[in-house]
Amino acid sequence: MKPDSIFHTVEISHYIYLSCVLFCIGLFGVLFRRNAIVLLMCIELMLNAVNLLFTAFSSYMGDSSGQLFVFFVMVVAAAEAAVGLAILVMMFRNTRTTDVSFLSNLKG
Amino acid sequence: MELSLLFEKSVLILILTAITLGIATYLTYGERKVAAFLQDRLGPNRAGIYGIFQPLADAGKMFFKEELIPRNAEKWLFIMGPGLAMVTACITSAVIPWGTDLVLFGRNISLQVADVDIGILYIMGIVSVGVYGIMIGGWASNNKYSLYGAIRASSQMISYELSMGLALIAIIMMSGSLSLREIVDQQSGWHGMKWNILFQPLGFILFFTCALAETNRAPFDLPECETELIGGYHTEYSSMKLGFYLFAEYINMFVSSAVMSIVYLGGYNFPFMDAAWFSTHPNWLGAISVAVMFAKVSFFIFLFMWIRWTLPRFRYDQLMHLGWKSLIPLALINMLLTGLGMLLWGK
Amino acid sequence: MPELSKIPWPFLILSFISILCALYVVTSNSPIRSVLALILTFFSISAHYVMLNAQFLAIVNLIVYAGAIMVLFLFVLMLLNLNKETEPLKSNKWLIGAAVSAGLLLLVFTASIQTSSEHIMRHPEAGTGLVKSLGKVLFTDYLVPFELSGILFLAAMVGAVMLGKRDAANESDTEITGREEV
Repeated sequence: MKPDSIFHTVEISHYIYLSCVLFCIGLFGVLFRRNAIVLLMCIELMLNAVNLLFTAFSSYMGDSSGQLFVFFVMVVAAAEAAVGLAILVMMFRNTRTTDVSFLSNLKG
Repeated sequence: MELSLLFEKSVLILILTAITLGIATYLTYGERKVAAFLQDRLGPNRAGIYGIFQPLADAGKMFFKEELIPRNAEKWLFIMGPGLAMVTACITSAVIPWGTDLVLFGRNISLQVADVDIGILYIMGIVSVGVYGIMIGGWASNNKYSLYGAIRASSQMISYELSMGLALIAIIMMSGSLSLREIVDQQSGWHGMKWNILFQPLGFILFFTCALAETNRAPFDLPECETELIGGYHTEYSSMKLGFYLFAEYINMFVSSAVMSIVYLGGYNFPFMDAAWFSTHPNWLGAISVAVMFAKVSFFIFLFMWIRWTLPRFRYDQLMHLGWKSLIPLALINMLLTGLGMLLWGK
Repeated sequence: MPELSKIPWPFLILSFISILCALYVVTSNSPIRSVLALILTFFSISAHYVMLNAQFLAIVNLIVYAGAIMVLFLFVLMLLNLNKETEPLKSNKWLIGAAVSAGLLLLVFTASIQTSSEHIMRHPEAGTGLVKSLGKVLFTDYLVPFELSGILFLAAMVGAVMLGKRDAANESDTEITGREEV
């Protein structure tokens, strides 16, 4: 199969459905899980779903801008992971847990 | 895709895998012989003439040894670790051009499995994924020495990947292409002697140092440093799983030597390859170019071994200082100098 | 939803792998396995990029996500020694709530895609994903965002180093080294 023949058989709506499903799985994880590391991972998953959509649109429209936005998303994701994990290590040092609901004890 | 092309590529992949595994097997023998030579000993000489069957005996021993999985280990991940290390080591060679095209049965046969236009990035990607085999294996063993080895390996590999990438950027700036085939072809000027090492001596030294660190070879073999960590990440492994880890190291060495020959030493280019006689005898040209390529690879492998048996091991903080405080600034300076040179003297 | 039989099998298999691994990421009790499943998800998404003719992006995705970010996650998990036994779990109440809200969002998405017309389907030009065309656009139209993202990155790196640094005052109660800055 030639690489560009995929455009004639897969419609862009398939990619939209796929990335919607991935995004919703990520959202489900963010709502359901309590471990801060897994929360960060679910956010990465959601960002990746968006990246997939960007790339699909970019390829189908024949416009490179969409793929460049993926790079910017990647930069933000990397920065978020670095800072997020640093905060998480701090939190673990102080509370000996990565449970995010534990931090709600400031509520009084 | 045509069926004949598919067949041709399959045969090439099979040959390449067989050669890679064979070379990795015989590198263990080579390493022991080189070590013996450097230490004024004889080395293995019992199995066959000059001990030539020693690797086969070693492999047989590995296969028949008892297989142990620690009780508290994560079983699946424990098995997955060596497999991953082996797979990532083997798939790197897919983008390496081994020689000029051959003409067999009226077809032009390219000695490269896949000429993708991002070849160099592909190698960087596989190298960065290669950490997982060691990390997963070390963690799944549930042993503190293994974990230390795994963590050392991954932080070392991530740190040195940076300067490796920066050194490669200078090359990419010069070639204007990410395809390995094009990088090799651009070095064929000056009768096949226009090698990148002449323009990038600093970059070559940086890349070579990083390659030593990436393959976990001495003096950067801290992940398996036996004086501190027993055996490092493969402390708990036995039998062929251990064999896979050791094999993966030798395959990595082979492949990184190939990459260095391509990027800096002109790959399969050799002096006077543009002679008129070769244009009418493409198969001779192909055969000689493959031989030249393998000669360069062997030279690098010998260099790797020479260094291993000559230099003492770094301390861990020295390793990190070297990576972050010397190599990365030097690589950045190298990049700047390359840009300046291109601006002043053209390409 | 589109009929399954008309979709080519490479796309189906890849999508199946991505969704399965993503589900495993959010449901697995062991964080290390979650990380590994997420890496597999990234691999399948990279394969999607290759199918979309965006090879450069596919490799960059692997280098950045699988090669750097996930190694960082694995690193932290290994250093903090988090595994199944320490994994906090939410109650069924939360499970139902999360499932319902995610399902509703999916419903809204599907409905909005169903009703929209497909004007975006133009004939694709080859070579949008090649390094040359990407670089040209990046260094002309998007130069300022590119520089700004560099500054953002630097700031994040400095911040991570500062946060990860061991505080001299409460040195005694920790054994975790802050090496996140890699």
